[in-house]
Amino acid sequence: MKRKKVGLIINPIAGMGGRVGLKGTDGWHIVEKAIKLGAKPWSQDRARRALKKLLSIKDEIELLTYQGEMGEKVAIECGFEPKVIGKPAGPRTTPEDTKQAAKEMVKQGVDLIIFVGGDGTARDIYDSIGLSAVVIGVPAGVKMYSGVFASSPEAAGELAVRYLKGEIKDMMEQEVMDIDEEKFRQGIFSVRLYGYLRIPFDKRYIVGGKSPTSINERLNQEAIAVEVIENMEDNCYYVIGPGTTTKMILKKLNLDYSLLGVDIIYNGELVGKDLNEKQILKIIDGKKAKIIVSPIGGQGYVFGRGNQQISPEVIRKVGGKPNIIIVATQRKIISLRGRPLLVDTNDRKLDEELSGWYRIVIGYKEGLMYKVVPG
Amino acid sequence: MGIVKLRKNFHEAKWDEPIIFELSTPGERGILVPQVEKAIEKEVGDGLSDLPPHMIRKELPKLPEISQNRILRHYLRLSQETLGADINIDIGQGTCTMKYSPKINEVFVRSPKVTELHPLQDESTVQGALEIMYKLDLLLRKLSGFDRFSFQPGGGSHAIFTMASIIYKYHKIHGNDHKTEIITTLLSHPSDAAAPKVKGFNVIDIPPDPETGYPDLEAFKEAVSERTAGLIICNPEDTEIFNPYIKEMTEMVHEVGGLCAYDMANANGIIGIVRPVDLGFDMGFYNLHKTFSSPHGCGGPGLGALGVKKELEPFLPVPVVDYDDKNKRYYLNYDLPYTIGKVREFYGVFPVVVRAYAWIMSLGEEGIKEVARVAVLNNNYVMTRILKEVKGVGISFPKTKYRVSQVRYTFEKLAKDTGLTIEDIIRRMVDFGFHLWTSHHPWIIPEPFTIEPTESYSKDDLDEYIEGLKTAAQEAYEKPEIVKNAPHQSAIHKIADISMLEDPEKWAPTWRMYLRKYGKK
Repeated sequence: MKRKKVGLIINPIAGMGGRVGLKGTDGWHIVEKAIKLGAKPWSQDRARRALKKLLSIKDEIELLTYQGEMGEKVAIECGFEPKVIGKPAGPRTTPEDTKQAAKEMVKQGVDLIIFVGGDGTARDIYDSIGLSAVVIGVPAGVKMYSGVFASSPEAAGELAVRYLKGEIKDMMEQEVMDIDEEKFRQGIFSVRLYGYLRIPFDKRYIVGGKSPTSINERLNQEAIAVEVIENMEDNCYYVIGPGTTTKMILKKLNLDYSLLGVDIIYNGELVGKDLNEKQILKIIDGKKAKIIVSPIGGQGYVFGRGNQQISPEVIRKVGGKPNIIIVATQRKIISLRGRPLLVDTNDRKLDEELSGWYRIVIGYKEGLMYKVVPG
Repeated sequence: MGIVKLRKNFHEAKWDEPIIFELSTPGERGILVPQVEKAIEKEVGDGLSDLPPHMIRKELPKLPEISQNRILRHYLRLSQETLGADINIDIGQGTCTMKYSPKINEVFVRSPKVTELHPLQDESTVQGALEIMYKLDLLLRKLSGFDRFSFQPGGGSHAIFTMASIIYKYHKIHGNDHKTEIITTLLSHPSDAAAPKVKGFNVIDIPPDPETGYPDLEAFKEAVSERTAGLIICNPEDTEIFNPYIKEMTEMVHEVGGLCAYDMANANGIIGIVRPVDLGFDMGFYNLHKTFSSPHGCGGPGLGALGVKKELEPFLPVPVVDYDDKNKRYYLNYDLPYTIGKVREFYGVFPVVVRAYAWIMSLGEEGIKEVARVAVLNNNYVMTRILKEVKGVGISFPKTKYRVSQVRYTFEKLAKDTGLTIEDIIRRMVDFGFHLWTSHHPWIIPEPFTIEPTESYSKDDLDEYIEGLKTAAQEAYEKPEIVKNAPHQSAIHKIADISMLEDPEKWAPTWRMYLRKYGKK
C-alpha cells in the first residue's frame, strides 16, 4: 500500500504572547517583549501532543517537514523519521517560511498538512496554498477565531488519523479569521474573514469558528453583569477574563477595563488592568480570589483560548472549580448545539479537575447547568 | 374525502387604513350623552364631587374624536386585513393549540345570563354561575387528580406566577428561608423561568440531552440541593417529547423538601390519559383557553385553571367557590388560612369557565380521551408526511422517534442548501392563506417551526397544509425569488427593516410614543 504523505509545519513562536498578556505574536518585536516577560515556547509541546496520536499509523505515513523547530525536532522526538524538505531562510522563522513550506509540500503531493499555530499561521497557509490541500490546525496560538483548528492537539491528531485511514470522506471549507492585532491591543475587537481552508469534517473534533457577540445580546449581557455584581463578595479579588460579556461587569461598575485582557477588581474597584500571568499571581497571592470567564466565541473554550494569562497556576491559586464563575449569553450557549464547554489549560490534570457540571450565569437570577470537559 | 386543493390565489384584503388617531376630527362624537336633569342631580349629586379632587382630570383625555359608524367601519376594515383562526387552517401556530372552539359555546357565553352578570352581585342572585364554577372544579379534579382548583389566573404565565407564589409562601410558612431556587428546563415555556424570577427566586435551567432531547438527568441531579424550593416544568416540553424521567425528577425534588409544579400548557395530547398527580406533581394548571374551547392567541381572554393537592389548598388565591350542604347554596369562600391573596380581581374570566364546562360535558370522559388520541394521531400523520415529502426539512432530536401532539421541526438543511431562512418560508405560507410560526426565543433549534395539528382538523385540511409547506420548500430550491419576496398578496408586504420589531428603542406601542419617537408632533 502506498504510504500517505503528511506535511508538518510548526510555527515556533505561536502562542508565546498569551500567558504574558500580549494577545498574539505577530512580529518579532512582540516575541522579544514576550520572552522578556518570561514567555516560553509552547508550540513544540502542542505539536508533540498531536503527533503522538499519529504513532498508531507511523508505518503507513511519510512525514514531510522543515528543519529544526519548524517540525523536524519534535517529529524525531516522537519516533518518526521525517523527510526534511527545507529550512527557515534566516535565524528567526518568519511567515515567509511557513508559506514556503506549505507551497513545497503541495508540490510534493501531500495528502494532508498538519500545521501548529494560531490565526496568523492559518492566514499564512491560506496565502500560500488556498484550497489546494487538506489541512488540520493544531491549536497553539493566542487567538484562534478560525474554524480550522481541532478542539485540542489530541483531537487534531485523532482527526488526522481518521482522515488518513479513509474514515472521513467529507471535507469542509472553514473560515480563516483574524483579529487585527494592533487594534486588538488597543481594545478594539475586530474579527475579519480572511479566506477559507479545506479541512476533514467531523463535528466531534473541529470546533466552529468563534463569532463575536452580536449587538442584540447587549441586554442579555447587562442582565448577566447585574447578577454577577449583586452576588459579589466583599474582600475578594475577581480575576475577570476577556470578552464583551465579562467586561460588561466592569462597564456596569463604571470601571476602566481592557476588552481583551485580564483585569482584576476588588471591593468594586479596579486594581489591575490588562495583566499578565505574573502580575495576576502577584495580586492574588495568599488572597481570596475568584475567576470570572466567558467561553470565547462559538468554540466554547472557557480556558486556553485568548485568556492564557489565566494560567494553570492562577487557576490553582484561586482554588479551582468552586471559585470559577462562567458567564455566557444564551445565544452563545445555544450556538454550541449541545456540545460541552471546553478547557485546554495545557495541563491535562488540571483540565480533568476543572471538568464537570457548572451553573453558568446566563441572565439575571438565571443559571444553566452545563458540562465542561477537557478540550 | 374532499378535494385537496392548495388555495394558491388566496388574497388578503389590502388597503391603507389610517390609525384611529389619524381619523380624529375635533368635535366629532360617537354618541351624545344627555345632560343630567337638575332634579336628579339634586337628589344623587353630580357624580364628580364625590371623587377625591386629585383624581379629577384637569384636561380632557386625548382620545380620538370620531363618530360611531366611522369607528365601526374602521375596525371592520382592519378585521378584513387579518389572518384569523376561522379563515386559516391554523395548525402552524404550534404550542398555541389552535383548535376548533365550538360555536355553540359562544351562544352560551353571549347569553344575557352571562353577559349581564356583575361580579359584585349578591351570592344569592348568582347561584347558577357559582354552580358552573363549582362543577367545573369537580370535573377538573377528576381529570387531574388534584383536590381543588382556582380560576383566578388569567392565563398560562399568570398561573405559573401563581404557582411560584404558592411555593414562596409555603416555604415562608415552614421557615425554609434557605430555599431560594427553582429548577426548570431549557425547553419548557420561557415563562417557567421568568415568572419565578419575578417572585425573587434564582432559576436553574436544565438543558436537553443533545441526543435524546430528554431533560438531562445528570444535570438535574447536580442542580437539586437543599436550596431547591421547587420544580416548575412542562411535560411534554415544546418539542413534545414526553419526559420519561419525570417521576424520578419529582421524587428527587420531594426528597429535599421542594414542591413540584406542572405547566400543562401542552396538555392537548395527554388530557384524560396522563394525570399530573400520578407523575408526582403537587400542583399544576390547564389552559382553559386553547385546550378547553376558548380561542387562544389574542383571540379571547384566557384562564389558567390552577389545581393543587389537599395540603396546598390553604394557599390558593381567594375566593374559591364552595357548597354549603346544610343551606343548599353555593358561596364564595375567603377563609383560606395561608392564602397568597388575590392574583386578579374577582373570580376568573367567567365566559371561559362556561365554555370549558360546556366542552367537557359535551365530550364526557371517553370523548376527552378521544381528543388526545386523535390529536396524537394527526400529529404523527403530519410528521410522517412532512419528513418524507418536504424538501430540506428535519426534526429536532431525530433519534427520539415519537412526539405527542406537536413537533418542532427545523429548516436548517433548507437554509444551508438555499440560503433562505424559516422567515422566508413563513412569509410564503401567507400567500396560501396559512400561518406558520417558529418557536419561543431563544431559538434552541435552528431555523425552527412548530406544527400542532390538534384533533380538530380533517385529513383533507392537514393534507392541504402539508401541500402548502411542500410547495413553499420546493420553491425555495427552484424559484427562490418568489419565496424571498413573499408575501405577494397579503395586507402587509415583506418588512424591510426588521430592527423596528427587534429594537426596543424603535418600538412605539402607543400613539403618544409614536409621536414622541418619530417627531410627528
